[in-house]
Amino acid sequence: MSEATVPKLELGRVGESLPRVDGIPKVTGEFAYSSDLQAAGMLWGHTVRSPHAHARVGTIDISAAVGMPGVHAVLTHEDIPGEKRYGLEFQDQPVLAYERVRYFGEPVALVAAEHPEQARRAAERIRVEYEPLEPLVDPERATEAEPLHPDRPTMGHGYRDDPRPNIVRSLVIRQGDPAAEGDVAVSGVYEIGIQDQAFLGPESGLAVPDGEGGVDVYVATQWLHVDRDQVAPCLNLKPEQVRIHLAGVGGAFGGREDLSMQIHGALLALHTNRPVKIVYNREESFVGHIHRHPAKIWAEHRASRDGRLVNVRVRILLDGGAYASSSTAVTSNAASFAVGPYAVDNALIESTCVYTNNPPCGAMRGFGAVQVCFAHEAQMDKLAEALDIDPIELRLLNALGPGGSLPTGQTITGTLPVADVIRRAAALDVPEAEELPRDPMRLPGGSGNTTRGEGVRRGVGFAVGFKNIGYSEGFDDYTAARVQLHADGSATVHCAAAEVGQGVANVILQVARTELGVRDVALAPHTTATVDSAGSASASRMTWMVSGAVRDACRAALEEWDKKGRSLEVDVERIYRHPRTTPLDPETGQVTGERAHVAYACAAMRVVAEVDVELGLTRVVWIGTAQDVGHAVNPQAVQGQIEGGTAQGLGLALMEEIQTRDGLITNASFTDYLIPTTLDMPPVVSELIEEAEPDAPYGVKGVGEPPTVVSTPAVVAALRAATGRELSRVPVRPDDIVGL
Amino acid sequence: MDVLTPRSLEQALRLKAERPDAVPIQGGTDVMVELNFDRARPAALLNLNEVAELRGWSRQNGRVWLGSGLTYAEAMERPLAEALPALAEAARTVGGPQIRNRGTIGGNLGTASPAGDALPPLLVCGAEVKIASVRGERIVPLPDFVVGPKRNVLAEDELILGVSVGGTESRQTFMKVGPRNAMVIAVVSLAVRVDGDLRAAFGSAGPVPTLVRAGLGDVDSFPQRVAEAASPIDDVRGTASYRRHALRILTRRALDRCLV
Amino acid sequence: MLALSFSLCRKELAVGQVSITVNGAEHILELEPRELLVYVLRERLGLTGTNVGCDTSSCGACTVLLDGESVKSCTLLGVQVDGHEITTIEGLATNGTMHPVQEAFHEQHGLQCGYCTPGFIMAAVSLLDETPNPSEEEIRHALEGNLCRCTGYQNIVRAVQAAAGVEV
Repeated sequence: MSEATVPKLELGRVGESLPRVDGIPKVTGEFAYSSDLQAAGMLWGHTVRSPHAHARVGTIDISAAVGMPGVHAVLTHEDIPGEKRYGLEFQDQPVLAYERVRYFGEPVALVAAEHPEQARRAAERIRVEYEPLEPLVDPERATEAEPLHPDRPTMGHGYRDDPRPNIVRSLVIRQGDPAAEGDVAVSGVYEIGIQDQAFLGPESGLAVPDGEGGVDVYVATQWLHVDRDQVAPCLNLKPEQVRIHLAGVGGAFGGREDLSMQIHGALLALHTNRPVKIVYNREESFVGHIHRHPAKIWAEHRASRDGRLVNVRVRILLDGGAYASSSTAVTSNAASFAVGPYAVDNALIESTCVYTNNPPCGAMRGFGAVQVCFAHEAQMDKLAEALDIDPIELRLLNALGPGGSLPTGQTITGTLPVADVIRRAAALDVPEAEELPRDPMRLPGGSGNTTRGEGVRRGVGFAVGFKNIGYSEGFDDYTAARVQLHADGSATVHCAAAEVGQGVANVILQVARTELGVRDVALAPHTTATVDSAGSASASRMTWMVSGAVRDACRAALEEWDKKGRSLEVDVERIYRHPRTTPLDPETGQVTGERAHVAYACAAMRVVAEVDVELGLTRVVWIGTAQDVGHAVNPQAVQGQIEGGTAQGLGLALMEEIQTRDGLITNASFTDYLIPTTLDMPPVVSELIEEAEPDAPYGVKGVGEPPTVVSTPAVVAALRAATGRELSRVPVRPDDIVGL
Repeated sequence: MDVLTPRSLEQALRLKAERPDAVPIQGGTDVMVELNFDRARPAALLNLNEVAELRGWSRQNGRVWLGSGLTYAEAMERPLAEALPALAEAARTVGGPQIRNRGTIGGNLGTASPAGDALPPLLVCGAEVKIASVRGERIVPLPDFVVGPKRNVLAEDELILGVSVGGTESRQTFMKVGPRNAMVIAVVSLAVRVDGDLRAAFGSAGPVPTLVRAGLGDVDSFPQRVAEAASPIDDVRGTASYRRHALRILTRRALDRCLV
Repeated sequence: MLALSFSLCRKELAVGQVSITVNGAEHILELEPRELLVYVLRERLGLTGTNVGCDTSSCGACTVLLDGESVKSCTLLGVQVDGHEITTIEGLATNGTMHPVQEAFHEQHGLQCGYCTPGFIMAAVSLLDETPNPSEEEIRHALEGNLCRCTGYQNIVRAVQAAAGVEV
């Protein structure tokens, strides 16, 4: 068949900007989010949460709540039929608190009632005896404190077993001579506040008993099968008795990797034998999911007079909060990327994550790379100044590329066009400053009308960063896809990949259309019931993994069809694995095989900001970026990811921080946890650098995380250029700019 | 909870007298947030949306009358925006368009928050609040109306009819500082008017929005005086020292705007 | 329950009943006084296109039109809109044809997760009703009351420009 007979855009193949397949239901309001679900006889669940960051839990008196109108169940940890703890990597988190609560908002009891208001009123009548304990809130003192988890859940898992209390993971990477001296040294201490994913659709879901002891859970999540594998043991059910179905997801960004209502809803549903729906409000959402790890980073960069990095020494302290979540992998990522996408022969990197009574932290877009990129890019600018070298030249001089190696000893075998993204981003035309007077909307302070131009200085910043794609360190990372070819020539694809807004549904369809050469491809519901795991919608992995799995399943289905004859139905499932990774050596942090990470993607960004230096207010005027995207499956969607990812990094740079007092969150609302608005986020000019990744299907790379990694340091660099201040902490507060 | 919906002012006043526990509600932009977060559970709400007498604005003997039901969106429209430019600028900083379509001047007075955006412009324009009950009407100057954080002088049976404002067409401006460029609660706000004397009123820098006055000769020292009149605190939105600092900067800039 | 003791002038209604016109159809409803408009729409009328994102009137996901003006339906009680007209995202299409703003959001990739989208579309429809040819600045100002976490707003602004007939 020639290209002319099948117009490309009609088909929607890999490489085309096919509009979102869920776009029409989403613009008409018909799309069913998890909060929209209904079932006959449905009850409403409510979660009772700890008002303390740290307390011993005594008796829980539910008697007053049980008999209240409309109440069908009141449950505590005593009602859990199976495992009492769960966790993404380590079972250290109680389903419902027993003995102690370790963070503000920890679930303690559950209520199911006919109306949400009845459930709330009943919850108020539950009497929990708390004996408040001193909360451990300073991560720098965690190893001196009493252990929050005396049974050390993360010990004995192949990581370096650190005997100090409250260590989640401590990783040391040593390369070359960690004492090597350079001609010039710069150092700095950097801090990153707690960022929240702040997805727009709060956690919600519906659990439906199947009448045979099992349960179906319809929920907004990022990884259906890992949810199932955490839910089933707590219910004392076999995995197949728990079916997790993807309900419409209102954004994720890492915040839905850990469980929210899944076990709670299932417990209530099985207990009442009624469908149970749980919907968090915004305040509960803020306390009910993990956040980005706050960090403190001490860095020292040593370089030769001509600008080559000689030795980089970095110490990273991450506050993991009360439970492990995915902290061990974040710790490792922070260490892996601490130097940035630069070549250096000598490095000493220590990355440590501790338990505290602060809000639990885990996955958020950028996953460990965000924190260290803020530090290494500030250091590179400092070094450029100390050496009197142009900061972009300095970066080019040290740029990592294929054949180069990381401090872990891993050689870059795939593509990593660091120098290219730097050059392309640096070559973008920066707009001239706009004339005054202007509408205050186009000045720092925006609608606040605070300046007509007084105090306003302009600055240009630049940053480069990179991050891994896919799960690392020996994790068995795979994705399954199942393809049915029908006698009428149409096809159905089953894949449990979570469509969280990133556009993976389009990837599935576009790959299937490319491989099958037909337009009529249906996407079956995402569920654990009909297909094996797709892995997580995380780590910029889904485009690559789904492309591989759907491609392989389509090709196998066509082969089957060729064998059996095209008049028959064909149904095949295939599992795709990316190249194998191996763990890091627990003592040296060096690779124990070819690679600890599968592949990498990089981005460079240039930012122009105007800063009112007297009031400390900012307007980001312009952002230009060049990003290594492998091969864009859907260029329009890739650009959308870059724009949205950039906005989240801008938010961290300028305004986003979960604030706490003694472990209690003090700004759990969209009134006080601020995310960028239309007046804060400028358009992004993005250049896609398409260099096919040799190990990936179609040469694709994940694109979601690099923009978030680089935008925070790029924005702050622009602020430094405008103000001359060091600005070593994000979010940058007006006080920091003003110098109070 | 009961919702009482009077259709005339007379009905509203009678209902308020019968049900002094009823919380008056106009746009609901303050009251409903309290309800949604379960922080307030009033026995009744007095829904004033259908009371036509409370709406709109008019000119009265050189002053301007603003009904308590005047929305921020209406305050941004000409010719009212030309008569009271600082109020229009303040209205523009409130929430987003949806909130400006609903939120009212009367609601801002009733809530009496230290961060109420309409209050500083009304203070510098010598606003007098007209209050009514079945017992009769009274007029209270705005500085005497707000008596503490979220506290005002309204008796249980009283409703706010509106405010009478002077200083129309005088040099005046409003500024509000927030950590993002739209939709923020003021970290600190300031209205300034120059018209025979210097008047500044700040928000979010003390328990109540506060008016500071000085003679025209005191231009140089005025920013410092305004900053000193404030008694700000540290909270999740900002620090006391920043608020005081910002007031100095804002006052200087506002005077520059008004003295051109 | 004392709701609407003074609405008896509209004789066809019994005490406690309200009449709300939603997307052109009149509904006579008996509401709990506490019920927010957004839950009246979502749970009583099954119009789940209007989403709840924050409970503090910050995010704008629940934006609907009240007598043609954009409002946040989490800051209104159902009983307060007695006798008024509400338009939701479900009411924009005519005879199965999407509203130009809906078309433009779809074509310009003005959404990702889509949770904020109905609110943005309603705010944009309200803007274009008043200002058919808005500048980019006017669009951004008109959408400042709606939060989006996925898109960075670029394609949302572009979609509104496209719907207004601006070359994008």
